[in-house]
Amino acid sequence: MGSPRFWSWAALVAGLLYFFLPLVGMFEFSLRARRGEYSFQAYTNVLSDPQFRETFMYSVVVALFTIVLGVLIVAPTAFWVRLKLPKLRPVIEFITLLPLVIPPIVIVFGYIRLYNTSSWLPLTGTAMGTNILLTFGYSVLALPYMYRAVDTGLRTIDVATLTEAAQSMGASWFTIITKLILPNILSAILSGAFLTFAIVIGEYVFAALLNRPGFGPYMVWMGGNKAYEPAALAVIAFGITWACMGVIQLATRLSKHNRVQR
Amino acid sequence: MAFLKIEHLEKSFGSTRVVKDFDLEIQKGEFISLLGPSGCGKTTVLRMVAGFETPSSGAIVIDDKDVVALRPNQRNIGMVFQAYALFPNLTVGENVAFGLKIKGVGKDEREARVKEMLTMIGLPDLGNRYPFQLSGGQQQRVALARALAIQPHVLLLDEPLSALDAKIRVSLRTQIREIQRELQITTIFVTHDQEEALSISDRIVVMNGGVAEQVGAPFEIYNRPATRFVAQFVGTLNLIEADVIAPESGTVRIGTTEISLGRPLKPGRVTLACRPEAVSLGLAEGRPLVLHAEIGEVHFLGAVIRVQARAGRTQLSLDTFNRPDTPPPAAGDKVQVSISPADLLVLEA
Repeated sequence: MGSPRFWSWAALVAGLLYFFLPLVGMFEFSLRARRGEYSFQAYTNVLSDPQFRETFMYSVVVALFTIVLGVLIVAPTAFWVRLKLPKLRPVIEFITLLPLVIPPIVIVFGYIRLYNTSSWLPLTGTAMGTNILLTFGYSVLALPYMYRAVDTGLRTIDVATLTEAAQSMGASWFTIITKLILPNILSAILSGAFLTFAIVIGEYVFAALLNRPGFGPYMVWMGGNKAYEPAALAVIAFGITWACMGVIQLATRLSKHNRVQR
Repeated sequence: MAFLKIEHLEKSFGSTRVVKDFDLEIQKGEFISLLGPSGCGKTTVLRMVAGFETPSSGAIVIDDKDVVALRPNQRNIGMVFQAYALFPNLTVGENVAFGLKIKGVGKDEREARVKEMLTMIGLPDLGNRYPFQLSGGQQQRVALARALAIQPHVLLLDEPLSALDAKIRVSLRTQIREIQRELQITTIFVTHDQEEALSISDRIVVMNGGVAEQVGAPFEIYNRPATRFVAQFVGTLNLIEADVIAPESGTVRIGTTEISLGRPLKPGRVTLACRPEAVSLGLAEGRPLVLHAEIGEVHFLGAVIRVQARAGRTQLSLDTFNRPDTPPPAAGDKVQVSISPADLLVLEA
């Protein structure tokens, strides 16, 4: 029998290998586009493809709108539930979890049925309408992550007392939320925002079924038609996700009052 | 004419009435403490004055204006909370300036006022620090400066010293009182600490079960409690059972001693009460009630020595001043203790 220390290290190494080996394998495979040598040819192919740029930019823009919409819906709701309706919290939590248990295909077919061209609100009748519908759909899809992130952020501050202190000094609800609550949960909002970003960038079902030129459908199309480029795309997608996480960390560190606290 | 009038104030949460027909008049510049045990309704009254709770009925009039219908941000009231409630994302200076900025005070005036406030609380150089870089006492002083910066009509203090250690508590309460006197601001202070209330208030409202049991100056509350609850809640009290033998003259028998209290009493048994400092060790002139007692615990508190003694079935607590030439009694000593009838309170049932 080895020492507990040895087995701790062994478990860590096994875990790291389990996580990193497929990535290393995928990265190695993505470099084999040229026969007999390693090169970044697959990456060049991907990055020079106009469709890559178009779909990626489209998804980035939709992701940004989704984040704004998500923050506008979730932050005031979570704040109000914490402040005035604490008994409703389990109900709200359950509702925010629904997108995890209802398959996206069910949600999107529901949307198509509700908002088709012969419905009372024919959003799918125009490209802009469908873009709006897609943004709303993504904000629903990201709800579990955004709500949890914001709620966790709110838990770290004494929402009720801070609100009352601000009210006693004449602050309106708008001032309280924008000047006090949001800055104090900024790192939580950023966490939720980057999770939303990561979800939207790779999402396939909504974009494909609403026939929008998203990055997800492009990745699937690429996977079905090319050999090395999908691996390069996957590595790029990982890079974007990790960059997002890095930005979260950076934003938390650069936030003045957090920096001092550490 | 009272500056702040609370009339027939009631508050119920569901079927529970937490404040019952509460009346209070506060003069401008007066320092009032709401004192009582947990759940007596003192914080609810304060929160209704602040506007955070809506009264079930009754009126709150500040400077001749009924404020019940006004929202908290329309009442011009400064409030200090137990948990400091400084905004973590703002520096000390920004915290103090927060209310002024909302009121639309210009930058120069705002900066001057922040400087003045920070100097007043003795922290002139900490304007650029964040709240968590300060100690609890410093944070609460900043909270006080922030509340006062907007020049409120009324200052409300909701157990502001409870989270602080004993030494800071004493120094900060002195500072609060000094600042309040200097600014002449009408103040309501909520506490469950009787020493705090007695030491800094102009008047105290002792609350129990949602009602004001007694309103009076600290001296009056301590020495002439109006009800049994006030007598027992404020300070330490010795309870002595007695038989009334002549109701008209107020003559009672305690053990074998008969004394006249000089006021009519109801026939039967009566509970008398006296403060520890009203009980003397040994015989003394003008103290005809003498009890034979055995010393129990002796607590040396420095200037004061608190002695526990048992006289028959009566447990007594008595305070004597420390005298270097007179050592305190020892546990088990047989002593005589004496009390003046004037110091005995008759507790109503």
